[in-house]
Amino acid sequence: MPTFVYMTRCDGCGHCVDICPSDIMHIDKTYRRAYNIEPSMCWECYSCVKACPQDAIDVRGYADFAPLGHSVRVQRDEKKGTIAWRIKFRNGTEKNFLSPITTKPWGTAIPKLADVPAPSPEMRAGELLYSEPNYIRMDDGPLRTLTAAGLKMKKGVYY
Amino acid sequence: MVSIAIKTGVVDVLASGEFCSARRRLAHLLTMYGFVVYVVTTALLVFKYPTPATPAPAIVPLLWWVGGLMVCAGGYWFWFFIRADVAAEGNSPLRLMRADLFVLSLVGSVTLGLTWAALQANGSGAASFFFLLYIIGTTVLFGTVAWSKFAHMFFKPAAAFEKRISMANGTAENLPTLTRDDPEQRARHSMELLRDAPMDMGLGIKREPPRHY
Repeated sequence: MPTFVYMTRCDGCGHCVDICPSDIMHIDKTYRRAYNIEPSMCWECYSCVKACPQDAIDVRGYADFAPLGHSVRVQRDEKKGTIAWRIKFRNGTEKNFLSPITTKPWGTAIPKLADVPAPSPEMRAGELLYSEPNYIRMDDGPLRTLTAAGLKMKKGVYY
Repeated sequence: MVSIAIKTGVVDVLASGEFCSARRRLAHLLTMYGFVVYVVTTALLVFKYPTPATPAPAIVPLLWWVGGLMVCAGGYWFWFFIRADVAAEGNSPLRLMRADLFVLSLVGSVTLGLTWAALQANGSGAASFFFLLYIIGTTVLFGTVAWSKFAHMFFKPAAAFEKRISMANGTAENLPTLTRDDPEQRARHSMELLRDAPMDMGLGIKREPPRHY
């Protein structure tokens, strides 16, 4: 299901070109709008769809297995720190989701790597990556539970 | 419908409100208003004050110069620095392709027009040659509307109007309509982590221009 660009929405800002991990979002040579130069190499990561400030990029299913009528669209609202999905099924069912993408204002939780002490020779020779013991909880700290994070489990499926 | 049309006209057309980048918006406003002033004063000078017998008020040629220089400022800024090929793809500003037809013929035509006017004011013999180049450049600019980006003056306002209509009638082009502004959405279980977060989290990836080629 490769991405495609709504040409009238795109303003050719280049955010999708910048973010595409497959380097297949490029600027068209005739209209200076973004386009997917190689749809078969698109792995549907949705990076460009979420990065597009104009909501100009969409993803479509191939006609043989996803007939017309369905839609999966996403909107990443950086200002509000949320990501929203709207999924329309072919039978008319619609599902809407809203989730946080960050709990702290952007740019406030960037690690100050310059202040971190250099790794010891043992750490360099070890198999763990930077910050792994802490971040994947291999230290002796308490279990990370919903309660510890200030959350509570509810019954049922909630969206 | 009328209020949506007015909003489209004021916000999206007159103020170039669709741009997400302040630099691009400013360059567009400079070029757009410069070109409008330049074209209107050109028409006035050609049709209303064509001969020395009907001298134009001093403000008209002054506005013609100001308009032309605004087009050059916005156009060359866009051409050398802001254009996605240069800013996001890292290509040379001098690499030409069909997408450049509009902006190049625009800044070319205006630059040649200003050069011609300056040479003529100094009584230079090269003025006629630059006048010829100016006529060619202007013909290319207006003659290629159907094939160049110049056509965006027609389709962009229409697309902006259609976008506003889709938001008003709820279809939103299938885009999600849930936002954190809605208190009901803030009360959702999935939003508990954002309970104490500020409503304006600032810019994420858009804090930096897309220049990581």
